[in-house]
Amino acid sequence: MGVGTEAAPPLLELAGINKSFGGVAALREVDFTLRAGEIHGLVGENGAGKSTLMKIIAGVHADYGGTLRIDGQPLRFRSARDALRAGIGMVHQELSIVPDLTVAENVFLGSQPITRFGVVDWRRMNARAAELLRDLGIDVDPRVPIGSLPIGLQQLIEIARVLFSGARIIILDEPTSALSPPEIERLFGLLRGLRASGRSMIFISHFLDDILNVSDTVTIFRNGRKIVTAAASDASKGWVIENMIGKGHEDLEESYTSDMMLDSKPDAAVVLETSGLRHGRAFRDVSLRVRAGEVLGIYGFMGSGQLELARALFGKLRPDGGTLTIGGRQVTLNGTAAAKRAGVAFVPESRRSMLFSHEPIYKNMSISILDRLHPVLLRPAAERSLAERHVVSLGIRPPRVDQALGTLSGGNQQKVGLAKWLTYLPKVLVLSEPTRGMDVGAKEDVVKIVRSLREQGVGIVVVSSEPETVLSLSDRILVMRKGEIAREFASETVSKDRLLDAA
Amino acid sequence: MSARVTETGRGASPAVMNWLRGRLSNIAPFLTLLFLIVFFSIASPSFATLGNVGNILNQISITAIMAVGLTYVILCAEIDLSVASVANATGIVLAYFTLQDSYANIANVPVDGWAAILLALASCFALGAVNAFGVTRIGIPSFIMTLAMLQIGAGICAMLVRGQIAYNVPPLIATLGQKALGPIPYVVIVAAVFLLVGHLVLTYTRFGRYVYMVGGNREAAEYSGVNVKLVLASVMIISAVCSGTAGMVGVAYFGSAQQNEFDSYLLDSISAVVVGGTSLFGGRGGIGNTIVGLLVLGVLNNGLDHINIDSFLKILIRGLILLAALIINIYAQRLRSAQSAPAH
Repeated sequence: MGVGTEAAPPLLELAGINKSFGGVAALREVDFTLRAGEIHGLVGENGAGKSTLMKIIAGVHADYGGTLRIDGQPLRFRSARDALRAGIGMVHQELSIVPDLTVAENVFLGSQPITRFGVVDWRRMNARAAELLRDLGIDVDPRVPIGSLPIGLQQLIEIARVLFSGARIIILDEPTSALSPPEIERLFGLLRGLRASGRSMIFISHFLDDILNVSDTVTIFRNGRKIVTAAASDASKGWVIENMIGKGHEDLEESYTSDMMLDSKPDAAVVLETSGLRHGRAFRDVSLRVRAGEVLGIYGFMGSGQLELARALFGKLRPDGGTLTIGGRQVTLNGTAAAKRAGVAFVPESRRSMLFSHEPIYKNMSISILDRLHPVLLRPAAERSLAERHVVSLGIRPPRVDQALGTLSGGNQQKVGLAKWLTYLPKVLVLSEPTRGMDVGAKEDVVKIVRSLREQGVGIVVVSSEPETVLSLSDRILVMRKGEIAREFASETVSKDRLLDAA
Repeated sequence: MSARVTETGRGASPAVMNWLRGRLSNIAPFLTLLFLIVFFSIASPSFATLGNVGNILNQISITAIMAVGLTYVILCAEIDLSVASVANATGIVLAYFTLQDSYANIANVPVDGWAAILLALASCFALGAVNAFGVTRIGIPSFIMTLAMLQIGAGICAMLVRGQIAYNVPPLIATLGQKALGPIPYVVIVAAVFLLVGHLVLTYTRFGRYVYMVGGNREAAEYSGVNVKLVLASVMIISAVCSGTAGMVGVAYFGSAQQNEFDSYLLDSISAVVVGGTSLFGGRGGIGNTIVGLLVLGVLNNGLDHINIDSFLKILIRGLILLAALIINIYAQRLRSAQSAPAH
């Protein structure tokens, strides 16, 4: 257990936690301790087990092995309400506020004070909310709709609500990803104040600088195991990354350097260029270039703006400013059909949003090229024969083009999603999280497809929050951080820890 | 009937069950139709006669023209509640621009017959364009947008006839609504042409495929580079033009143009599409389904008259049939979703 030198039992103590989903272990023998008045940072890659552990603490998962104690008392929560009754509250990355209700209504959601006539006592509610928020150093008019406030303030109010509902332990999931630096400072001020009053917080984030800045203790997860717990003051960013990736990271670098010596193509024509592109809070000042036959990787944590950027390149999101040039012509993409005409293709990250699961494979593949086969009529025979070619060349199983797509496995569905852009090659192909959730074999297939498209001169943008995906595919890598391009790697060897360090 | 189906397996009996389940929304309306025909044939000797078959076809023709456009809208997972109102308004616009007899006390503007027809077509096109604009540009849900258009259409009717009745329409329309080509009334021919063209466009053109794809998964259609807004705008306009044509022919068929004369056609046309098995969630069904739905409703309405049933009970029975069709519609959708879940 390592920690536990205090005389009193720790506030929260988990021992020997095991949890699996359908035979796949998500957590293995995890011990975790949280003391009163502690900010405890939790880090690990996607799928390392952080979220699963937090869901057990917050009462979302009830069937797990091991014990959970609060103040030395063994407890087992059956629901999130149980956990809240025991003093555990969670603030999710997606805030659970109601934007159209006022600040006071949100603070008291579900427990509004009422007058003796049974109606909401607005005066008392507003006064209480203002007082409560002021105690936390949040100065805001409780009568304004919460949606009209900046996101940082909304988040502070959500934390206030969790506190007001009686939480002694607050779990914060990626609280800083959408915040500007001054907002982060304000949040940290609030957290430090709460710590001084004896509250405890668990802080989950990919932003290691933020975690190391505010936490007393950090715990590092990898592959469902707790690797180490250490005082934050002793931990450096490099040391944390090393523990997150594991000892094998030299081998990883090895395997990526052979193919992964970044190799941009300065002579090829520029097929995609953006300058100062921005969209709301999602991303700003994005200037990039992609050449024919080049794969540009864009890496960033979830919520860093890279998914929105990909959508803007395909005309799904209209940028607020900046210019977009495709194949040498400056364009304003007024919808995805315009993007397709300009020569851009896009494969979204979610299967559900790229596929027609009730329709046969061939219709899924031909949807993007019907206009090339005939301006008005359908050419089902041509559709089928093109689909048959792709099914064979991509190794899609089972190879029956009349089969409904929904009956295929996930990896095969994803290949169909790619195939629809392969008959007539686009100038620019934007892939969003192209290998998410795929098994090793399917991943290799995707790598092969991307390589062959690169050989044929397509400019490719790969957007991902998985470093392996970006490393295995790209010729050049941009790292996005909180909506901006933080760093570019080009013509050099790059490893996973350098990538994580830049994000 | 057009069977747009999912192949899931063959051979063994579970596969046969799957096959049947996948087609429930096509089979159920067809069995309903067979059942009704058999039932009424036994219950009434006057039902199963050639003359009565002609009656039924005649009775469903105006609904059929409207239901063609509505099928496109529902395939896109949208709805058009303004069909009857647009039909009524278009019919009245046609009469408004036709010379009326002096006893029809309407301050109208008579023009040539062909011009009156063009003006009427232009009005229903314009009303459809307003629907399209509201749904695709402003982003009003079609349910609400067309509810507003229902009122606007009724308002246009009221403004133009002011409670009066007009009787005259241009000769071409009068012929289509009242005359027959040999034994077949023109109104049946017009309906058949609309159904046929509607089916051909839906089955053999790129636009038809887009209609199914937009209804099946709007987001995926958009990410495939389909201009979803253009497709939605087109189906709203197609629906309005079909309704307008139904309105013009209908005014001639009824022999008069007045307010509220199409009111029952809203429910009839929606019922026909849904009873036929076209999915309310979009992407499944077609004109073939709509034809079966039209026949179910036509046979039911006509048959209930033949067995001398209480006319109030008749309304209730129609409601119950529609409810049954809705239940089958939703249930079929659920079976299909369960069926096409990924293999693992």
